Order: sequence, then C-alpha cells, then structure tokens
Amino acid sequence: MTVRPTARPGAPSGLRTTTAVGAVSAVNRLSRALGRGSGTVAGGRAGLAVDPGLLGVLATGRRVALVSGTNGKTTTTRLLATAVAGVDGVGPVVSNDTGANMPAGHVAALAGAPDATVAVLEVDEGYLGRLVGDAHPDVIVLLNLSRDQLDRIAEVRMLVDRWRTALGGLAAPGPAAAGTVVVANADDPMVAFAAGTAPRVRWVGAGQVWHDDAVGCPACGGRIRFPDDGRWACDRCDFARPALDAEVVGDELVLSDGTRHPIRLALPGQFNRANAGMVAVAAVPLLEAAGGRDGNGGAPTVDLVLGRLASVTEVAGRFATVPRGGADVRLLLAKNPAGWTAVFDLLEESGDVAAPVVLSVNARTADGLDTSWLWDVPFERLVGRSIVATGDRRLDLAVRLRYAEVAHDVVDGPLAALDHAVRVAGDGRSVEFLGNYTAFADLRRAL
Amino acid sequence: MSAGADVRSVAGRRLVVCVVFPDLLGTYGDGGNGLVLARRAAWRGVEVELVQAPSDRPLPEADLYTVGGGEDGPQVRAASALAEGGVLERRVAEGAVVLGVCAGFQLIGRSFPDAAGRPQAGVGLLDVTTRKGDGPRAVGELVAAPSADAPRTASGLPLPRLTGFENHGGVSVIGPGAVPLARVERGVGNGGGDGTEGAWSGRVLGTYLHGPVLARNTALADLLLGWALAGPDAVDGGPVALEPLDDFEELALRAERLEAVDAPEVPGWRRALARLRPG
Repeated sequence: MTVRPTARPGAPSGLRTTTAVGAVSAVNRLSRALGRGSGTVAGGRAGLAVDPGLLGVLATGRRVALVSGTNGKTTTTRLLATAVAGVDGVGPVVSNDTGANMPAGHVAALAGAPDATVAVLEVDEGYLGRLVGDAHPDVIVLLNLSRDQLDRIAEVRMLVDRWRTALGGLAAPGPAAAGTVVVANADDPMVAFAAGTAPRVRWVGAGQVWHDDAVGCPACGGRIRFPDDGRWACDRCDFARPALDAEVVGDELVLSDGTRHPIRLALPGQFNRANAGMVAVAAVPLLEAAGGRDGNGGAPTVDLVLGRLASVTEVAGRFATVPRGGADVRLLLAKNPAGWTAVFDLLEESGDVAAPVVLSVNARTADGLDTSWLWDVPFERLVGRSIVATGDRRLDLAVRLRYAEVAHDVVDGPLAALDHAVRVAGDGRSVEFLGNYTAFADLRRAL
Repeated sequence: MSAGADVRSVAGRRLVVCVVFPDLLGTYGDGGNGLVLARRAAWRGVEVELVQAPSDRPLPEADLYTVGGGEDGPQVRAASALAEGGVLERRVAEGAVVLGVCAGFQLIGRSFPDAAGRPQAGVGLLDVTTRKGDGPRAVGELVAAPSADAPRTASGLPLPRLTGFENHGGVSVIGPGAVPLARVERGVGNGGGDGTEGAWSGRVLGTYLHGPVLARNTALADLLLGWALAGPDAVDGGPVALEPLDDFEELALRAERLEAVDAPEVPGWRRALARLRPG
C-alpha cells in the first residue's frame, strides 16, 4: 500500500476528518455568534468528538514544538513562536496563544491555521503524554514542575512518572529521522528525572529558585542536596544534575563550548531570561527542521534567536504597563507558590520598591479550589510596602497577610482595589498588580 | 469580657513550636499552622521559637508539634523517621501537644496505606487506622461540628464549627482509645461511614482540614496554645484561658467560608445563562 502525502500540511484527508474539521469551524462560528468569546475550545471539543484522532491528523506534515511545565508556559511559548516566525525559509507559524493548552485548544489552533507549517504549542502538564503521542513533536521544552492546583491535577510525583513514561517512548535518532529533541531544565530535579528517559536531551541550567517540591529524590526516595554551585545531587543514589549543554548566567546564555550570548529582553525578571535561554536552545533544532536560515543563508544560531526576542513586550497582558488615574500599573500573573516567589524577586529587581502592590486571588476551577498554597508564599517579603488585597478570596489573603505582619487594606473588586492603590501611590508613581489566573483575567476584562 | 474562665497572662513565658518535616510534609500549606500558633502566642507576649524541623535531623524538643499533609512516598519516610527517633512519643508522654493534618493525621495513628495501598506502621499516638478508600478522592470544602465529647475551650464551651478544605483518598477508623473530633456537616471527613471527622486523645489531635485549619479556626489554635502553656503538670486540667485577640479578619473569613458551603447551590443552567448574557 502506498501512502500519498497530503496536499498541504494538516489538510483533512478522509471523510471523518473532513467532518471533524467542519465541526470545529461550525461550533466556532456558533460560539462567536452567541457571544461566548472566540469559542476555540468549544470548536476543538466538537472536532475531537467527531474524530478522536484529529490532533494527529492536523499535526501531520508540520514541524511541531511543545512547551510544558508548571510556570512560564505561556510566555515561553510566545518567545519560541516569536523566535521562529518570519525567519528566512520558515513558513507561517501557528500557536495556541489564547492560553487554551489542552487538546481541544490545540485542535482549534491547528484547524484554524491550515497553511501554517510550524506549530508552537503550549501544553498543560497533564496532557503532555497525549501530545507527545499524537503530535509527533520535533522539539519539546520542559521548564519546571512544582505544586499547583492540588485539588485538580495529580501531585508532582505522579506527573513526573507520566512524563517519564511518555518521553521514554520517543524514537531514538536514526538514519531516517533526527528524533525529537527534548530541551530540559537541568536545575529542576523533577524535570531532570522525567526527561532522563528521552533518547535525545539538551540540558539547560535555567535556574530554579523553588526547591520545596524536590527535596525527596524521585529516583530512590533519598534526599537531594542543593549546594550553592547549583550541582544538586541525591545523597543516596547517583541521581545528580546532568552535564549542561547550556546555562543561563545572569543576562547571558553560556554554551558548553564556552561561548557567551547576551539575552536582551523587554520582559522583566530573571525567570524570563531563563525562559529565553531555553527558547534559544530549542529554537535552533526547530529552525533546522523547518528549513530556517540566518540573513546570510547560514544555519540558524542561538544569536539569531536571541536577537529576535526583545520584540516581545507583553504576553496576553502579562508584564504590560497600563495607565490608570495618573499612575503606571504593571500587570503580573502568577499561579502558585513558585510563581509568586519568582514575582516577588521581580518586584525587588525591577520597578519602584515603594510602589503599592495590589494582590488579587480567586479560587475558581481554573485556579484550584484550595487557597492553602497562600501559606507557602513568602508574603513576609512585602513588609513595609502598601498592600491592597482583593479578588474572590481577599479574606484568605487578608488573614495570610495578618500572620505575615504585613499591613494591608481589603477592597472588593479589582478596579476599586487598583484605584485605591493609585490614590495611595500618588501622582506619577507606579502600582504593581499581581493576580492569579482568573483574578488576572477579571482585571483585564474590567480595564 | 465573656470568657468564663480567668484569663491568665502568659507574657514572658517561653514556648517552642515545631513544624515537623516541612521538607516531606509541606505540600498543602499546613506549615501555616505553625506560623498561626507562633504569632498568636507572640501577640500575647510569649517568647516563641518557631522551628522548621528537617527530616534528616533529630526532632528538636518542643512544646507543640504540627505535622502537615504530604504525598504518599514522603509520608512513609516521615512516619519511619518519627518512630525511629522516639522524640515525639516521649514528648507527648511529657505533655507536649500534637496537631496532625491529613497525611500527618494518618501517620500519627496506628497504620496508614502507602502509595500501593499496603499498610505502613504509624507513630501510634492516636488509636486510628487508615486504609485506602474505594471511591474517588475526597476533595472540597469540609464543615464539621465538634462532637459532644470533643475537647472544650478554656471557658468550658464547645469549639465552634470547624471549616477547612479536605483533599485525601484515605478512610480513617477511630478505635476505642480515641474520640472523634467532630461530626461532618458537609464533605467527607474520616470517610468510614460514621460521619466523623478527625480524632483526639489527651493532647494529640488529628484532622483532615487544610486551609490551614488553625487560620480558619482560631478557637482551635487557642485551645492548642492553652494546652501547651498549661504545662506538663496540668495534663488533666484543661487549657489556660488566653487573652482574646482582635480576630476580625479570621472571623470574616470563617463567616464567608461557612456561608459559601451553606448557600444553596446555584443550578448549572442558571450559571450558564448568566455567562451568556452580554456584558
């Protein structure tokens, strides 16, 4: 039997798939007409209901990169898509940039961009295995794994085991195919253990401040030690940080050949420089697979990639600065203790240390229903700043701040809270807004 | 002042609060219980030391221990480390107070299941046996009313209703050596079909409530502090009555959580309709 190549990447072949793709766009039109947003997820769900294999069909013929991890997925996905889109020799790029990071969202994005030859997909941690199986990725970026939404997603170690199984099933590189390149954060033992089964890994020392979920060795149950030089190791078995192919040191990416490459971003924060370093290492093999060349027709390099990332100034509103009542308000999103801790680093490193901070927390399904995680966030670091607590769970925040001995006001409604902070800040000053997932979306809608 | 017992000044007293193995049992924010206890004592003038005790060191001497929730593997390691050291058992015999939450509740009992469901030996401070449940994990808001034979506050009053968030797959059965802490009004609790939540015996108390439990239930926090500050000679004498604190934020949080659980469910179709409306 001969298999004829499809006319164009991701083009429907066969009646069932044609019907499924039709279902995606029909539901999307209906959804938009009903005022339910772009309806991408609803369309994707309808398509998958008609043809459960739709994702694989839509991915066929495209170069695919997946980005997963607990924190930084959306920003890293945007950086990677920006790195490859418009490079000489690379066709149109599609990305699920609305944050719909489960299979229905992937189907919707791919079905909506039949001409795209490259897909850069953000993937919810729990669905990585399915995407690895269905979307035959060229590159997989694994950022970090820490506690998040314990009421909904499996605990960290269960996720690690599922990743490990999925990545262990990747084909080894051979004469016919280059094999999938896994770009993994070597500084996170959970990621290192999960990626350890993959046949082809590029290890990046991207840094990981949060170690509270990785003290127990995932390999043997021993204890992992984190010395100051970053070379973590188990004290019982031989599980230790893998040899690095690249490392993010301050604002440079240092490759194992000793060359140093500046990381210059418009986005703030060390964690974004770390994300950019991962992107630089991942984009090179993705560009090679996609036929990308530098301006002189040469092979793609990390410098080519890094030079393209400064054009990203915000990601779906995150890191954006908006004017409000004479003050500049910076919008920040973080979802869990590791994310909030990283944002506290950012507040100290960039911005006005006297700026009032609005904290907004919800506990809806997308956020996780249990607010206990607030007690793992080092709010004590905010002592001395003006703090306004808001969001559905502002009272949980208020009690947490009381025990951190951080003075605070409680204001109902994100806009009212913001305006209160602007008044406290005074003219020409800045205000920081930090919300978790739906709290951030609430504010953006209100603005 | 409405307190029925004489309020005793505890200013200048010393107290050591120990969070047991946050490196193994720190998954669910229960370390906050240690912070709540330490702050509430310090606000009353007590000289408090809050110790975060790592699992690779001998357990320090303390007056009050909190043992939090964690994942299955770390729970087994924590139980064996605690049993080997023997410090916790001895300190309880000497009058120390213990609060176990979720995995911490299970492991201070007689036995609990590991990830594969095999029974593992607990520390044995509470006559409670936990097995793996057959149904789905118990996840959600939990409200429980203290039972008639639950410990009483320093004023001799029953504790107010307990509120928190549960997230566990275990079923805990209380033996004759312990007493249920509360009766479930909403949620699952111990899950053995008897409607109980938590257990207590002497100055050892276990519960499935996260939140953390002491941030949402300050009367329970003050009961534990009252026991710890009563000293070893007053084991049967009940807790010391502490100066009240201005808990308006905790009370507001409690009221909101209890109301959220008590409120009749809004039907799904009504929520969907609300979302469909423009604006």
